[in-house]
Amino acid sequence: MKIEILGMGCPKCKKLTGIVTETVKELGISAEIVKVDQISDIMNYGVMITPALAIDGKVVVAGRIPSKEEIKQWILEKQEK
Amino acid sequence: MITSFADWLVFRILGLSASTLFGSAVHFFVYDTIKIFFLLVTIIFIVSFIRTYFPPERTRAILSHKRTYIGNILAALLGIVTPFCTCSAIPLFLGFIEAGIPLGVTFSFLVSSPMINEVALVMLWGMFGWKIAVIYIFSGLVIAIISGIVIGMLKVETLVETIVHKTPACCAAVPGQTSFRERVDFAKSYTLDILKKIAIYVLIGIGLGAWIHGYVPADFLAQYAGKDKWFAVPLATLIGIPLYSNAAGVIPMVKALVEKGVGLGTALAFMMAVTGLSLPEFLILKKVMKVKLILIFASIVGVGIMFTGYLFNLVIK
Repeated sequence: MKIEILGMGCPKCKKLTGIVTETVKELGISAEIVKVDQISDIMNYGVMITPALAIDGKVVVAGRIPSKEEIKQWILEKQEK
Repeated sequence: MITSFADWLVFRILGLSASTLFGSAVHFFVYDTIKIFFLLVTIIFIVSFIRTYFPPERTRAILSHKRTYIGNILAALLGIVTPFCTCSAIPLFLGFIEAGIPLGVTFSFLVSSPMINEVALVMLWGMFGWKIAVIYIFSGLVIAIISGIVIGMLKVETLVETIVHKTPACCAAVPGQTSFRERVDFAKSYTLDILKKIAIYVLIGIGLGAWIHGYVPADFLAQYAGKDKWFAVPLATLIGIPLYSNAAGVIPMVKALVEKGVGLGTALAFMMAVTGLSLPEFLILKKVMKVKLILIFASIVGVGIMFTGYLFNLVIK
């Protein structure tokens, strides 16, 4: 699984990275956490407001920091598919 | 109600006297703190709830079919309800331009979105009353609309850096369908976020304001920055540019300064410069536009702000 954090290095993006890292650890899954900080890459996702989070290339949230519970749910949904 | 609570706390419990400078300063501080935090929580919650209905994708979709004038007016209005933060300025800007929204219309949005924000509004309302808050919104909208129209007429599209990427940003990738519960949750966490971020500045601002209120003689500043002083407005605008993140702390102090003789128009110009002309935002925008365009943008908005300042110095009282 590939989890991408979209944002150009704002404080919120860093916070989101921390939360995602912790969540992945808690779930005990193997996931690659990637920071996407180039504006051209971010634009490819059609995201206009950061921070945003994409799982396996699909944006799940933009413009806010989601809770751990939400992130867990998204990850689990992806795993079931 | 807040007054009686502040009376009770300061004069009864703390045993301070209303007639001493210290007592009146502490009373001022307690009263303003309670009032402002009450307003902050209520208004930010309401605004962030409304905002869940206007994600940038939706704003972009509304604006993409619009041309000059109508587009500028709508962009300025949508700027009030669409969430904006400096770090999102670039993706937002590019997203708008790519969707075919004219540059001038995009700029109307870029001016109004940070300038007319809920924190500034609450502080203005709490400190100066709703009339001034309404004047602020209205002037902000006019400045945003006119700046955008002027930039549109200048035909400066060549000053926008093009950023190449593979897929056009046409397809909103963000999931729609938000439930009522999710909107409330979003509003709650957003309100908490903002409060955490600004609480300290609000307290410092009110504290300094209370000190000025209690200790600086009335009309002391009129001789330096009264409304008959022509340089007060441009000076206030310039000082406001680097103070972006502290909008919450600046306004209580401005109120105290107005009490001591600073013209209200000057104060308005200052607050608009604090919110609307932001140095960090300019630095970030450098990645997507030439410095020349940022300077044009800042000058037009700056002129608009100063005009507003002079106008209200003339009109109010």
